[in-house]
Amino acid sequence: MIEPSVLVVDDEVQFVETLVKRLIKRGLKVNSAYSGQEALDALSGGEATRTDVVILDVKMPGMDGLETLAAIKEEHPLVEVIMLTGHATVDSAIEGMKHGAYDYLMKPCDLDVLMTKLNEATTKKREHEDKILEARATMISLRRGD
Amino acid sequence: MTTSDATDRPNTPKTRVRSVVIGLALIVLAPLVITGAINLQQFQKVYKNKVENELSVMIERHSFIIDSFINDRLSDVRVITREHPIERLADADFLRRVLNLMREEYHGAFVDLGLVNQEGTQIAYAGPFNLEMANYSSADWFEQAFANESYVSEVFAGLRGSPHFIISTQRRFGDEVFILKATIDFEAFNALMEGIRIGDTGFAFIISRDGKFQTSPRFDVSLNHHPYADVLDGRIRSDRILVVDGENRLGHSSIFTFAPLKQGRWLLCYQQETADALEAVRRVVRMAIIALVIVAAGALTVSFFVSRNLASQLAEADRERTVMTHQVIETGRLASIGELAAGIAHEINNPVAIMVQEAGWIDDLLNDDDPTSEDNLVEISRAVGQIRTQGDRCKEITYKLLSFARKTDPTVRAVVLNDIVDEVIGLTSQKTRYANVQIVTELSPDLPSILASPTEIQQVLLNLVNNAVDAIERPGGTVTVVTRTEGDAVVLEVRDTGKGIPEANLARIFDPFFTTKPVGQGTGLGLSICYGIVEKAGGSITVESEIEKGTTFTVSFPRESPDNIQSTGPNNERESL
Repeated sequence: MIEPSVLVVDDEVQFVETLVKRLIKRGLKVNSAYSGQEALDALSGGEATRTDVVILDVKMPGMDGLETLAAIKEEHPLVEVIMLTGHATVDSAIEGMKHGAYDYLMKPCDLDVLMTKLNEATTKKREHEDKILEARATMISLRRGD
Repeated sequence: MTTSDATDRPNTPKTRVRSVVIGLALIVLAPLVITGAINLQQFQKVYKNKVENELSVMIERHSFIIDSFINDRLSDVRVITREHPIERLADADFLRRVLNLMREEYHGAFVDLGLVNQEGTQIAYAGPFNLEMANYSSADWFEQAFANESYVSEVFAGLRGSPHFIISTQRRFGDEVFILKATIDFEAFNALMEGIRIGDTGFAFIISRDGKFQTSPRFDVSLNHHPYADVLDGRIRSDRILVVDGENRLGHSSIFTFAPLKQGRWLLCYQQETADALEAVRRVVRMAIIALVIVAAGALTVSFFVSRNLASQLAEADRERTVMTHQVIETGRLASIGELAAGIAHEINNPVAIMVQEAGWIDDLLNDDDPTSEDNLVEISRAVGQIRTQGDRCKEITYKLLSFARKTDPTVRAVVLNDIVDEVIGLTSQKTRYANVQIVTELSPDLPSILASPTEIQQVLLNLVNNAVDAIERPGGTVTVVTRTEGDAVVLEVRDTGKGIPEANLARIFDPFFTTKPVGQGTGLGLSICYGIVEKAGGSITVESEIEKGTTFTVSFPRESPDNIQSTGPNNERESL
């Protein structure tokens, strides 16, 4: 079991709360944020190392999904992002994919599909991290070899 | 009352028909009258010349005839004088025979024949009067006749007491000079003049240079007046054919023609009233006027039918335009709805997502080992409540949308702008929230109502607010909607703190299909439709803009007339809500 660590970001409080409950029930480690800025604050406050995937709503007042995505990818490039979108903002979600989002899901989404995506994204992130660790080890051993 | 009704505009079909008829009639008739008048004037001039020429020719011919008549009679007398010896000429019987012969030959032009000796005594006479041995030594003509080889006298009464004139010729027999004289019948001579009659007023007569009538004119003539006086005293030369304009004794404009007779000692005069002489012109004028009246009547009739036809076509076009306008407004409204739809879809999507989430949560709980534990039941009950809450939220959104999406109704009624502002701001709240736009309203509490179609005014405001929100870029700004009264006008103002409109575009923003939005995101119809709707409601729409500062649209409507504000105000509020 991979047990992804997830951060849910949406301005709809009720949506976030229920989704969090359901994800926790499935054994995930879940945090929540109600705006882009809150999400960035949470990640900077040490959540980043524990967070594998951010579930990010595209349309939010203040800092919107795309801006938040750009900030996350800049400060925490390893964290994967899954965009959540309504029909009207599919274009923005695709734009998000180009800027490094792992995938996008249409609201309202099936939880099983979300779980699958979360697992895939987490696996990808962990592999990524492993590769980096491996690369570091190689570099250290190469240095020793000198 | 509907705004598509054309009769309350000043340009009704009837006045259109009238003005087109008058215009066409002027266009058709004015040139006709002008060219007609010019042609008639030219024609009159030419025709008068022609008449005067004809008169000249006629008078010349008659003067020739008269001169010939006198000369021929003179020749006759001369032939007799030369042909016969004095013994025979002095024989009254011979003279009688000759006279009879000549009277037969010339139909009584000769009255009598007489031989006068140099003492003035008529020694032989043939004729109806008893003038044998009459003495002429003191007569005017005798002196002249004695002095000239041949002589034609003036007309005079003489011894017989009736007008006549004498033709005489002299011949010397031995030591003595004899004069053979013939008297010409005045009536026969007069008849020559009677033959010169043209029209009703044309007549001819002969006068001598010293102003004595040689024939009696048909109508009264005064020789003391122009042009006779001028011709007789030589102020007007009359040694050739002469045509003069003047007035006759009755004061009517007349044409006077003169021709010299008897080597200029007599004048053949002809006079005719101009109107009579130019009778043909009068006839032409009459016919031209009749033709003009017929043409005018025709032109008026045709232009009446043409313009009535035209007017009905215009009215038809008006109706079509009204329908078209309505369709364009409808199209624009649907476009506004399209723009709204994006916001609304998201707005509906959120509660739906929550409902699905809550349902899923209930599923999760029911799949627990102990689904009916107290905690679970509380949680399920909360989830169900949440589903109901979100369902209500959806219902509210669809109601709002439906209230706008119902077909536009162009019916004009009293509208309170403030109500419409509230409605539209409710519709756009989602859009503005995501665009970080704050909507501020400054609504005058005692705003008079205006006369307009509520759905159309709603559309105007929605367009303006949509545009204002679109104009504001990140990180957001403020849209202020103001209502206020300015004199007799009710003013609606939509002000944004957006990027502003470049001056080059300002003049074109009300043009149909003008848009700066990317293809597929704007029809370019919104503002042109607003313009159309506001114009239709008798109002005006203006725009002021400053780059990077913002744009203000000001819409001004005439207030509803003060008498019915009280009565329709509250009613209307109910209607528009």
